[in-house]
Amino acid sequence: MDSEFAGEVGPDLGDGPVVRLRDAYPQEKRKSTMDELLRLLRKNALESPENLAKMLDTTVEDVKNKMAEYEKTGVIRGYQAIVNEDQLDLELVRAVIEVKITPEREGGFDRIAQRVAKFPEVESLFLMSGGYDLLIFVAGSGLKEVASFVSEKLATIEGIISTSTHFNLKAYKDQGVLMEMKIEDERLKVTP
Amino acid sequence: MPRSGIRDFFEIVSTRKDIISLSIGEPDFVTPWHIREAAIFALENGATAYTENLGLLKLRQALADYVDRSYGISYDPATEILVTVGVSEALDLALRAVVEPGDEVLYHEPCYVSYSPVVTFTGGTPVAVTTLRDDDFRLYSDLLEEKITDKTKVLLLNFPTNPTGAVLLREDAEGIAKLARERDLLVIADEIYSELTYDTERVSIGSLPGMKERTIFLNGMSKAWAMTGFRIGFACAPPELTEAMMKIHQYTMMCAPILSQKAAIEALETGGPDVSRMKEEYRRRRNFICSSFEEMGLPCHVPKGAFYVFPYIGRYGMSSKDFSLRLIEEQRVACVPGSAFGPSGEGFIRCSYATSMDEIKEAMSRMAAFVKRL
Repeated sequence: MDSEFAGEVGPDLGDGPVVRLRDAYPQEKRKSTMDELLRLLRKNALESPENLAKMLDTTVEDVKNKMAEYEKTGVIRGYQAIVNEDQLDLELVRAVIEVKITPEREGGFDRIAQRVAKFPEVESLFLMSGGYDLLIFVAGSGLKEVASFVSEKLATIEGIISTSTHFNLKAYKDQGVLMEMKIEDERLKVTP
Repeated sequence: MPRSGIRDFFEIVSTRKDIISLSIGEPDFVTPWHIREAAIFALENGATAYTENLGLLKLRQALADYVDRSYGISYDPATEILVTVGVSEALDLALRAVVEPGDEVLYHEPCYVSYSPVVTFTGGTPVAVTTLRDDDFRLYSDLLEEKITDKTKVLLLNFPTNPTGAVLLREDAEGIAKLARERDLLVIADEIYSELTYDTERVSIGSLPGMKERTIFLNGMSKAWAMTGFRIGFACAPPELTEAMMKIHQYTMMCAPILSQKAAIEALETGGPDVSRMKEEYRRRRNFICSSFEEMGLPCHVPKGAFYVFPYIGRYGMSSKDFSLRLIEEQRVACVPGSAFGPSGEGFIRCSYATSMDEIKEAMSRMAAFVKRL
């Protein structure tokens, strides 16, 4: 149901007119709800536009338009579920690889980094400061697959000097979401 | 003295497992880590002794800065500030210090459960002033004038109000201040929820002209910084009043816990962003709840303070208690019946939004189902 807070009076319940939320603060302009909207979507991308509109005190149209704009301009590049793979019976193996490369005269690290990024095994790739240059997050269906990715596909790229591979053992937290079971609300149920 | 009306309700609710509680009067946030860490650090360094009765000087200085910055009232940390074990103790001290048997204390209903009992404990007479739904539960001088007698000594204010979420508007404050000056009343202002003021100016009666000398300003760390269990409150008042309260405090409590005081210093000095963050979250939940109530046809004004909504349920022909009990039975959602907050709370329920958005969403959909079938 679209909630249109258009300033009309609600149904007459015999208790006097119901004041719409918007009318309670006529001066309050809806200043940048942009950042708030993004923050809410990052917490839960499946939140319905109706609920988002309620939380942000705006209209459903407004929310949908903003989301469409973000998608169009590339600010939002996708909506993905955060899965705790430890709970699934997968043979999935994750690793983090530190890579040292020689920067090229034209393009610096870009050419090599973009080439590596294209591999489907590579989930994330970052250029880093410090003791190595690229940090790669990979996932494979087994130890062997990750190992062969490193030795056959990665190490053979011209410009790559050395690699150091570390395997994930257990996920505790991913993208801001705890993987452990929820903590109980221990407060007293009723307090004055 | 009867037990708190909430207590019986609590006993019913706590026996059930699957209830979503909108009856909680404390934040659902854990105290921000850096504040907890300050307490841990103090403990590691062996901070385990008594402090001065008035409280650590460093804390009183931080409080003086805070009150000046946020409320526009300037108190001397050496003689005008007392650190207490929660605002609850500060309220008790303030009343015991000024009320004598036979004095009348005016307070506004619906209100927090402690006010009337504590006044009675001092031997004074609590006199309730009813605030009205049509006024969004504002308090203004006309309402007070009706109840003032020659025995009235104290005016007890609580803004933002538990349970209505009403705030003190500037024009109302000016009228009340004028009345207090004219009739020579003392004002005790419990402003524990004042950090949680949304979309409107925060007005503290003690900041108005001619009021500081006749106001005891009460506040604490519990709601804004989510430090309920730490038990830190404070009273600010002119030196003679502070001295009087301190005398009772030193014979009964001695001092507030040192670890909590250390944590409070950290909170005041660097906890600003945390308070803002929590306040934004509360505001968002308030918006959600009020919109949901509008949709399901439960009239309630949009509260400008605290974290409670106080919708009117009288039109369903049930008492607050019956409505609340049925809501628990049929939909497993717990709200506190308005009657727990004084006779003028009858016909209302108090819904706290100090709980996660997920719980609120679920509670709202269950309540909509409940209301539909009435």
